[in-house]
Amino acid sequence: MLSRVADSLYWMSRYLERAEHTVRMLDVNMGLMLDKSSTSAEGRWKRVLAALGNPPEVRWESDYYQIVHSLTFDAEIPASVTSCLIEARENARQVREEISSEQWQQLNRMYHWVIQPHSEYGLNTRLADFLPAVVDGLHLFQGITDTTMSHGEEWQFIQMGRYLERAAFSANLLDLYQPELLSEPEVGAEGRHYQEWVGLLRCCTAFEAYCKVYTADLTAEWILEFLLLNPQFPHSLRYSIDSLRHALVAVRQSSGRPPVDELSRVSGKLQASLSFVEVSDILAQDAGAYLHNILQQCRQTHDLIYRFYIQYSVEAALAM
Amino acid sequence: MELARPTAFANPLLKDYVLDNTYDEMFSEDGLVRPHYAAVLEKFLNLPPEEMARRKRSVDLSFLTQGITFNVYGHGEGTEKIFPYDLLPRVITGAEWAHVEKGLTQRITALNLFLHDVYNEGKILNDGRVPREIVYSCRQFRREMRGLQVPRNVYITVTGTDLLRLSNGEFVVLEDNLRVPSGVSYMLTSRRVMKRTFPQLFRDCNVQPIEHYTQLLLSTLRSLAPEGRHDPSIVLLTPGVYNSAYFEHTYLARQMGIELVEGRDLVIHDNVVYMRTTAGLKRVDVIYRRVDDDFIDPLAFRSDSILGVAGLFNAYRAGNVTLANAFGTGIADDKAVYAYVPAIIRYYLGEEPILNNVETYLMTDPKQRKYCCENLDKLVVKAVGESGGYGMLIGPHSTAEQREEFKRMIEANPRNYIAQPTLDFSRAGCLTENGIEPRHVDLRPYILYGDKVRIVPGGLTRVALRRGSLVVNSSQGGGSKDTWVLND
Repeated sequence: MLSRVADSLYWMSRYLERAEHTVRMLDVNMGLMLDKSSTSAEGRWKRVLAALGNPPEVRWESDYYQIVHSLTFDAEIPASVTSCLIEARENARQVREEISSEQWQQLNRMYHWVIQPHSEYGLNTRLADFLPAVVDGLHLFQGITDTTMSHGEEWQFIQMGRYLERAAFSANLLDLYQPELLSEPEVGAEGRHYQEWVGLLRCCTAFEAYCKVYTADLTAEWILEFLLLNPQFPHSLRYSIDSLRHALVAVRQSSGRPPVDELSRVSGKLQASLSFVEVSDILAQDAGAYLHNILQQCRQTHDLIYRFYIQYSVEAALAM
Repeated sequence: MELARPTAFANPLLKDYVLDNTYDEMFSEDGLVRPHYAAVLEKFLNLPPEEMARRKRSVDLSFLTQGITFNVYGHGEGTEKIFPYDLLPRVITGAEWAHVEKGLTQRITALNLFLHDVYNEGKILNDGRVPREIVYSCRQFRREMRGLQVPRNVYITVTGTDLLRLSNGEFVVLEDNLRVPSGVSYMLTSRRVMKRTFPQLFRDCNVQPIEHYTQLLLSTLRSLAPEGRHDPSIVLLTPGVYNSAYFEHTYLARQMGIELVEGRDLVIHDNVVYMRTTAGLKRVDVIYRRVDDDFIDPLAFRSDSILGVAGLFNAYRAGNVTLANAFGTGIADDKAVYAYVPAIIRYYLGEEPILNNVETYLMTDPKQRKYCCENLDKLVVKAVGESGGYGMLIGPHSTAEQREEFKRMIEANPRNYIAQPTLDFSRAGCLTENGIEPRHVDLRPYILYGDKVRIVPGGLTRVALRRGSLVVNSSQGGGSKDTWVLND
């Protein structure tokens, strides 16, 4: 596969995953504004912005609705859902011959739907219909991807993009929540933070899955354990890193090149730091530092993927 | 002069159908439907309007979601439009096509011999049959190609020749596009859409197939691989996603199962071309390039090009890679050289041209220039190196200022312009909001030349969708329709 194609598929996938996170953050937090909560509106929306990487164009100015609207529709803001979908489609357009027609058509359809003027979404209720519809569209795209595309190298780069983006997002989100989580480890149904913890879980679509394992009793330890270490839940950090590793191994095998030691080492260490650890170990040390470390390793993995598969020098390639 | 309206036109869908001295593809002069069009016309006249509208909508939607669009320059980068599409096919008899096919084969064979000659001994120039200065003053002339041997001596692997049909029913060649002709994907997707939209009609009409075009193109390219490269690696080189024909590039690459590469995907090392893949560098043997000469190698040609590959020309000269089409083919489709094509055919093949040229005035000839400058309102003036309907003046539809401007430009640079009479070329029935009306059409068949000349029956029929318009280019408001060549 051409390196440029790998690059486009990887970023198409990252942008779609990012769009989904943004939508879910906005949707969940808009819902939380309906109830009284321990977190002030300002604290909440600043945290939302931080989870989305603090886009410089958007600031908290007492009107959360404005934030939601900008982060959904404003194509001038690179972090907005619309921008992410435009970028994803642009990347897909660059590699149209590599993805299936069904994939392209679904992405193209979403694009045309999202970029049309959305003045009719002036009302909160309409926006509340719009955001879940975006998620539905994204899920449909993922399903189409999995069923219409060969699970070869191209597909593996899509997997890499998705899970690396997801892992980085989850690690960052947990880092933002962990000071509050750890300051109040026990949360009863009446606890001040109950709504907040449900919100956190729902940002990761994890609430129902969590309940199946731990029931609706929320504790900081269980929440951390579930979102960090659960091996079966697709939005947990561990699951994301396992999937990333899986894709990396598959690409290494199919490219027929000798294994890249550095990439195997970094991604393997990252996987091990999630596979062979218990939540009590994390809580015993500095949870913030642990999450920072994971984020750091995610970035390193990204750089190494680029150095070995996408932006290598001609000399290095000829030497192999 | 409008002719008497025959009773066949009683159908309300035909109330605005005009028949005059222009050749009509669907009706003969006496207003009777031509036999090869009968089944198609009957079907379209009998389809309920709401059913027609439904099919039209479903076709438009399918073009949009498939992304069968083109980019228009000067309308904001990356602006996509659906290619306007007419559902009523253009029908050609098998006998008419056989004649066209013979003529095109003859013409391409001669033009290829001309290119080989000009870039080697130059016999035709020495014999004075084509003026040396016209060839050497052509902007597309590539000195670098002198004495260079190309595989099988084939320069023009892919050609899209534009044909018109005059009022006497004769097909003539308007221009040869020998550089990087586009549009073939519209021919292929139109056919797929028509088969899906009118399956029964298609089956009843016994249409000759065209779907094997991509397979023919692939084997043509394979036949041109450098010597000793069995199982050659073939790629399609595109300028990238902002090119107006990008959809076509992706489509052809996918249909042929070859890599679609951009300049930045290729690297040259020791005069060998490689592409960058996730598994390292992979050698490239044949490049079907859709990038113009000017932009393809910043070292050999325009140094400001970022679309090209530095060193590609040297690799080509070393014989390590084949490019199709070859460099410098533009001299043979220069609009001034065009005037000499009949002479070229006679010179190399000793035959009379089967397909005639359109009468062409050379502005380099003072007498012809004088005549043209005095009669600009009756003529079409074209810049010799342009295509796509850019840089031309259509006399009868022009303003006095436009004519003055062209007169100035012609006097300033006579070599850069030619003039032709405004042609009365044929019209074919098209669906409009008023039912069925005639619109001007041309025909662009695609000719492949590798180990031999191959042409799939038909081509792209382009339509001037505005009433009375003579311009069929997609960049200027033209559309297309499927072309059905029947088995007689």
